[in-house]
Amino acid sequence: MSDTRLSVLKTYKLYVGGKFPRSESGRVYEVTDAKGNWLANAPLSSRKDARDAVVAARKAFGGWSGATAYNRGQVLYRVAEMLEGRRDQFVREVADAEGLGKSKAAVVVDATIDRWVWYAGWTDKIAQVVGGGNPVAGPFFNLSSPEPTGVVAVLAPQESSFLGLVSVLAPVIATGNTAVVVASEKAPLPALSLAEVLATSDVPGGVVNVLSGRTAEIAAPLAAHQDVNAIDLAGADEALAKELEIAAADNLKRVLRPQPVDYAQTPGIDRMTAFLETKTVWHPTGSLGASGSSY
Amino acid sequence: MASVFAYAPAPESRAIVDIAPSYGLFIDGEFVEAADGKVFKTVSPSTEEVLSEIAQAGSEDVDRAVKAARRAFEKWSALPGSERAKYLFRIARIIQERSRELAVLETLDNGKPIKETRDADLPLVAAHFFYYAGWADKLDHAGFGANPRPLGVAGQVIPWNFPLLMLAWKIAPALATGNTVVLKPAETTPLSALFFADICRQAGLPKGVVNILPGYGDTGAALVAHPDVNKVAFTGSTAVGKEIARTVAGTRKKVTLELGGKGANIVFDDAPIDQAVEGIVNGIFFNQGQVCCAGSRLLVQESIQDELLDSLKRRLSTLRLGDPLDKNTDIGAINSEEQLTRITSLVEQGEAEGAERWSPACELPESGYWFAPTLFTNVTQAHRIARDEIFGPVLSVLTFRTPDEAVAKANNTPYGLSAGIWTEKGSRILAVANKLRAGVVWSNTFNKFDPTSPFGGYKESGFGREGGRHGLEAYLDV
Repeated sequence: MSDTRLSVLKTYKLYVGGKFPRSESGRVYEVTDAKGNWLANAPLSSRKDARDAVVAARKAFGGWSGATAYNRGQVLYRVAEMLEGRRDQFVREVADAEGLGKSKAAVVVDATIDRWVWYAGWTDKIAQVVGGGNPVAGPFFNLSSPEPTGVVAVLAPQESSFLGLVSVLAPVIATGNTAVVVASEKAPLPALSLAEVLATSDVPGGVVNVLSGRTAEIAAPLAAHQDVNAIDLAGADEALAKELEIAAADNLKRVLRPQPVDYAQTPGIDRMTAFLETKTVWHPTGSLGASGSSY
Repeated sequence: MASVFAYAPAPESRAIVDIAPSYGLFIDGEFVEAADGKVFKTVSPSTEEVLSEIAQAGSEDVDRAVKAARRAFEKWSALPGSERAKYLFRIARIIQERSRELAVLETLDNGKPIKETRDADLPLVAAHFFYYAGWADKLDHAGFGANPRPLGVAGQVIPWNFPLLMLAWKIAPALATGNTVVLKPAETTPLSALFFADICRQAGLPKGVVNILPGYGDTGAALVAHPDVNKVAFTGSTAVGKEIARTVAGTRKKVTLELGGKGANIVFDDAPIDQAVEGIVNGIFFNQGQVCCAGSRLLVQESIQDELLDSLKRRLSTLRLGDPLDKNTDIGAINSEEQLTRITSLVEQGEAEGAERWSPACELPESGYWFAPTLFTNVTQAHRIARDEIFGPVLSVLTFRTPDEAVAKANNTPYGLSAGIWTEKGSRILAVANKLRAGVVWSNTFNKFDPTSPFGGYKESGFGREGGRHGLEAYLDV
């Protein structure tokens, strides 16, 4: 009888502020597999969806950036645990999305899960690697520490729908930023399914927000948004990247330009440092100056 | 107003500096005329005396200088780091040897007190070259991976508030990492950069490694836009910074921007008042307030407002304004007529918006560009003097009741460069420092700089860091 059973299809939705809304615009677009077969109707996000996502990301920033690095690491590791449990689902989705055979898709999904684990281990180490005390020539103690830059708009890579997505998203949130992610335009489904994993992985609502739709359409308001602090242009082509970089100059957003990346390779730390600020805090030591007072 | 204890004049001699009647552009190791023969005059802001006539670089000169830097890059970047280090150490030493001359020169051209050029600018200039010299042969250990490479030709545009110090911040890390540079000093303060060209000659620096192009904004714009420049470094206004960010969009140029600020200096009720007053004065009246990280907004806890303001006003009344070459002068001249006009108009707007203006009794010299130290009370966050960078000796005082309110007000600005915290409570320092969105936080001190320590802003104060290990990143392919 089972071969006559009609399967239950999934309605894919956006992920904004920890909830799964449909697009405010009421629009969807057709997502197909590599052979052109219909997979699902994904939400076609609007400018308003992008703005809602920024509001959610800003609201979540204080709590997420203020959490201890140890806590963030555990939450990220929890995501890897949940991904492992849904491994088969993602192998299927990645195979459909990228036109890969099952075994190749499995390799990609395993690499993706391992990438989460890699970043989970970075949360409480990056400050030691890029921060530290400075040997000041005077009676002062000072310390430079990295801090998240704020709300980061992430244009996920177009081709690598899952490994590429995680490779650009995880470093942003590992360092305490919150993210508004624009999924691969052609293959958004793994990203939308990742949102379901995030929602059940102790990642606070709003820390990651996932939008699907036309990259150029959603990216424009994000690049121009005064409350977005940085933008990763990984998923933009050359012409779009230039246009967005110009828009980003209005509030001096930090811009990570698109560059050739082999996502299969172990990344360096530059995707983390691109969205970190360095704060240097000074304090006098010992002699307090002309008054002659001291410790 | 003459007091019983009036000081006798104590002028530093200007005989130590020999300023030529005219200077060319410094390209490929030679002083040359501008291609179109244009020149401009640089004046001493304290007397309006014309100091020298300077060649003004146009786009053709920019092209010549970039070509020279490109040719020099091949050999310079191929030198062993230890050799580049020795050149930088030589430069540091020559600066130390000539520091009195350079201090007087800087005071003449910029208008800031000799006390500051002699005790702050020049020691820091030498220290920056000394610090980065030591990095040149240790780049593999700087944490940017093995064998980090230079970027190529660096186009650098610097402001007039710390002409030689900003040059050092830009040129020292660029050369240490193996880049060559084309630097444009500001039109009102080109002289110390041209004297630096002579220091390069004395140090035997290969031709073309450092090129100096005096000029106005259009010279800087041409340099930033030049297709063969690989790296752009700019210190200056946020408006120009945004323009530069647009110019480099879609290119492979790496860019760092050190832009404006509206620093909050937060004084809590348990702060040591006398030290806080010194810190506030240093925060806003150092270099006539023409400092991007100036503590231009004083946030004082309401309960100590009266006490603090009384002390502050008393202290301001002892500041000595006048001849910048006088060793007792605290407040020198405003750098240019244009800047004086800007300060004056913002201050008038502050009064028009209802803030209360106060200045100590203060006689201003007849000629030159001067502005008395000024304090505004009854300032609200909506006032323009609390929002715009004035870049002058003007302090806006706001109050707060709780630490949270102090943090909220301090962060209520598109800028994010500096902040100050005054309290005897350690946990409060750490908690507040943690919450401030600013690149530098000075607790129980202000306006301290050191070559080992990264400096730079959050938000619209720009991107990238200068100084320290972090400062190397801007000039490496990482």
